[in-house]
Amino acid sequence: MINKTAAEMSSALASGEVTSVALTKQHLERIADVDKKVKAFLHVDSESALAQAASVDADRAAGKALGPLAGVPLALKDVLAQEGVPTTAGSKILQGWKPPYDSTVVAKLKSAGVVILGKTNMDEFAMGSSTENSGYGPTFNPWDLTRTPGGSSGGSAAAVSAFEAPIAIGSDTGGSIRQPAALTGIVGVRPTYGAVSRYGLIAYSSSLDQAGPFGRTVLDTAMLHEIIAGHDPKDATSLNVPVPAVVAAAKSGDVKGLKIGVIKQLQGKGYQAGVLARFNESLEILSSLGAEIVEVDCPSFEYALAAYYLIAPSECSSNLARFDAMRYGLRTGEVDGASAESVMNSTREAGFGREVKRRIILGTYALSSGYYDAYYGSAQKIRTLIIEDYKKAFTQADVLVSPTSPITAFKIGEKSEDPIAMYLADVATIPVNLAGICGMSLPAGLADEDNLPVGFQIMAPAMQDQRLYNVGAALEAALVLKWGGHLISKAPALGGAK
Amino acid sequence: MALSYDDVIAKYEPVLGLEVHVELNTESKMFCSCSTTFGGEPNTQTCPVCLALPGALPVVNAKAIESSILIGLALNCQIAPYSRFSRKNYFYPDMPKNFQISQYDEPICFDGFVDVEIQTDEGPKQFRIEIERVHMEEDTGKSLHVGGATGRIHGAEYSLLDYNRAGIPLVEIVTKIVPGTGKYAPEVAKAYVAELRDILRGLKVSDVKMEQGSLRCDANVSLRLIGSDVLGTRSETKNVNSLRSVERAIRGEMIRHAELLNEGKKVKQETRHFQEDTGLTRSGRSKEQAEDYRYFPEPDLVPVAPAATWIEELRAQLPERPSLHRKRLKEQWAVPDKEMAAMINADVLDIVEQTVLLGADPTKARTWWLGEISRLANEKDIAIADLSITPKDVAEIVALVAAGELTDKLARQVVEGVIAGEGTPAEVVAKRGIKVVNDDGALMAAIEKVCAEQAETADKVRNGHVPAAGALIGAVMKETKGQADAARVRELLLGHLGQATN
Amino acid sequence: MSSLSRDEVAKLAALARIEMSEEELVGLASQFGSILDAVARVQELNLDGVKATSHPQPLENIFREDVVLPSLTPDQALSGAPAQEEQRFRVPQILGEAE
Repeated sequence: MINKTAAEMSSALASGEVTSVALTKQHLERIADVDKKVKAFLHVDSESALAQAASVDADRAAGKALGPLAGVPLALKDVLAQEGVPTTAGSKILQGWKPPYDSTVVAKLKSAGVVILGKTNMDEFAMGSSTENSGYGPTFNPWDLTRTPGGSSGGSAAAVSAFEAPIAIGSDTGGSIRQPAALTGIVGVRPTYGAVSRYGLIAYSSSLDQAGPFGRTVLDTAMLHEIIAGHDPKDATSLNVPVPAVVAAAKSGDVKGLKIGVIKQLQGKGYQAGVLARFNESLEILSSLGAEIVEVDCPSFEYALAAYYLIAPSECSSNLARFDAMRYGLRTGEVDGASAESVMNSTREAGFGREVKRRIILGTYALSSGYYDAYYGSAQKIRTLIIEDYKKAFTQADVLVSPTSPITAFKIGEKSEDPIAMYLADVATIPVNLAGICGMSLPAGLADEDNLPVGFQIMAPAMQDQRLYNVGAALEAALVLKWGGHLISKAPALGGAK
Repeated sequence: MALSYDDVIAKYEPVLGLEVHVELNTESKMFCSCSTTFGGEPNTQTCPVCLALPGALPVVNAKAIESSILIGLALNCQIAPYSRFSRKNYFYPDMPKNFQISQYDEPICFDGFVDVEIQTDEGPKQFRIEIERVHMEEDTGKSLHVGGATGRIHGAEYSLLDYNRAGIPLVEIVTKIVPGTGKYAPEVAKAYVAELRDILRGLKVSDVKMEQGSLRCDANVSLRLIGSDVLGTRSETKNVNSLRSVERAIRGEMIRHAELLNEGKKVKQETRHFQEDTGLTRSGRSKEQAEDYRYFPEPDLVPVAPAATWIEELRAQLPERPSLHRKRLKEQWAVPDKEMAAMINADVLDIVEQTVLLGADPTKARTWWLGEISRLANEKDIAIADLSITPKDVAEIVALVAAGELTDKLARQVVEGVIAGEGTPAEVVAKRGIKVVNDDGALMAAIEKVCAEQAETADKVRNGHVPAAGALIGAVMKETKGQADAARVRELLLGHLGQATN
Repeated sequence: MSSLSRDEVAKLAALARIEMSEEELVGLASQFGSILDAVARVQELNLDGVKATSHPQPLENIFREDVVLPSLTPDQALSGAPAQEEQRFRVPQILGEAE
């Protein structure tokens, strides 16, 4: 049943056509089949997953009321704390660490009866756009195993794209859900900042991080979104408002009379031809469905990348200070006469990868006295301008759109020696994080030049996440009609049954 | 060359700066719901937040905000309509996040003042200490240094960390620089800390026990030549754990600075540690190499914007200001200035007031606490507050004396007994069989006995040599096991021997 | 063209408590030029009068009641400890002094 959507699996479970244990077993077998090629998972929890599945089956048999995704398997980005399960954030510095507590997202998944198959690979501490920065080796794109799946949630995206799980959780700080979704041909949503609790989400950049859902369809993604969103008193930045009706919106898919704003700054030079072609086709489809396409001007977006690469490293340089070998995690350099200070220094040197060290140094610099105003201070002001540009644009359109990524999946190793080239991968996704609004990427087709997936990005104002699902569902339905099936059905078989 | 304090103040004038940290008495910690109870087994009061586990997030304790505002109001501060938390970044094992959540450029209270009064050669003098800011932050964990000689950090082989205390709410009160105290700098500083302590105690926001660390004082001192505008280099002294230490530390630092300056040397801008035993300071961390804390607004916490109506509600809850309170007591009790100062200095004003509230006469209460009980405390070298005698006990004793059931002399025995842990005054009286012999008949019997035994002395008195009666009175007291009222004995004895009883 | 010298990078590494190799220091110093140029773009605009945003959502006054909730057990608290003794985290000798 692994080719089915989560919604279909949910119906099958409800009708008794399949048990959760059987469904889970199928996915574990698929993982065993293909994950040595894809390397999406850092840790597969077979025993626990089957126990969770059995528990849901028992509840169902006993007639208990169950949520829509109860018994459906899921892959969890290793950035979320799960009690008793190795949680590494893709870093050697946390190798072997087992949290003594559950993140709120995991607690909600467990309450909902979702079966957690295991923890997926990621760029170390969510810093990267290709999953090549993982301390445990890269993940490979199921569409082309010589290419990256994007990042930092590359493992989760690849798992869904390779049918190892129908749904997955990622995190998005600068595009880390949307960009891998685009590169692997699936749907990924970065919810409004504050919509999903960050309690237990290992912090990279606190004012930009959000956990969010992956699925192969807009509806699957919406179902997962509804489970993980909601106010959490343990997160002081969590919004205390009702979860927007995203599932209803995903089932509606009506864009008649909607205004769709194309952001002038997020297209053109630097964007691959095939990416722009699929993007423009999607615009035509939306137009044919009754939407009005307008252009909006967001001049401050030219500075978004620069602002992001000051704010995020600054916050991370502070967030990652706690990894000091004193209370948990790696400890090295404890030779005779070594001091706590030297053990801290040697552990952090050994445990952090290149990109993490680079960003910590950059952040330390940006916050230093004498430089604060010019760098971090200015970046926070650019952030205000970006928020204002979005505010203005949203008076002209109900949603804003752009290609998710300027390029399709790149080769492993292609950008790993050029940090700035790598940073450019997020140029279209970053403005959403700086403004704290929500964004979705859904598959818009394959680029002609390389037959690799292209993502279409939709953006909506804060707490209007349902608009993403509405427009996304409309576009998806039309595209599925055009292709005769979901794009993902064209993905390579990877040598296992599909 | 060892200078005297007088030498120092002849040439230099001190400029002070005082930073006081107050541990709030909230039930739970500043940013998490762990208990703040003192003395628990190590690491039994920790959670992902105060241990800084990956993924943990802080949430502000509402009571801590309330306490901070109350403190600001009591110190005549402005309450910021909008304030934020900031991260102060530095690495140290007792601080799990390796940053402290504090406040930087937007503290919750600012621009206040505290008035203190000290006794000078020219009589009482007022000083106004201006408050720069009051802000909130969190406490660190506790480290035990193992393997070194003194249990201090130098020479230790390793350290053991207990994070029970990590995250307990702290309020930091920072003064503006305090010039113009001249030779009274140590007294002014001590009076300021004492006044702060009384204010905080009145607000009930902290235990304010310096010995337990719930009130900590860092003293900054610099010297400048008298008449100069140019500020000298300052040093910061930590580990000042009592009011007396505040005074000693400042005096000591003034002398140390002057000695350096007189020799043409420079004062180093550094942190020093006060040594209780010597009264001197020891060099610590150099402030010139101070780390860049890279402050930035705490992204995990949202701003604090207390409603004006809430602030006014809190203002209405402020208790009577300690100085007004003291004034009122002074008038009510009709106490002369010097006695008032003595009570304040000996830190017994509160205790005396409690005793009076339990019914004791103010003068008697004062006499006991300042007199006999103070003496016993000094003898045992402990603070009056640590003796096991309470205001209730003293009020009882005063009542017993007033009722004639105890003489002052016998009452002292009872005080001794209570302090020794023998029980309440009533219990001590019963146990020790202390009773005033009131019965004139019994007294006369004793007097006649003594006069018969010491007939020669008795005759001397009969013949007008009254001072000789002393020996007889002593003998009668012995005869009655000290339980007679000596004055009454004298009266009866002299009368018996035909002398005037004046 | 902005840049950082190897020594400046070394100072930052020390502040960040990372013991970098000579190779890393030199490598970072050379990369930093282009990175700093890229991020320095934030200084191109006139930002006078623009307020800084540190929180994307306009939340204020988020507090919790002063109520005690169960803590972790000492076993849980110490579960990740690289070394422990007497129910405390054991760390090598600390050279610096507390704040």
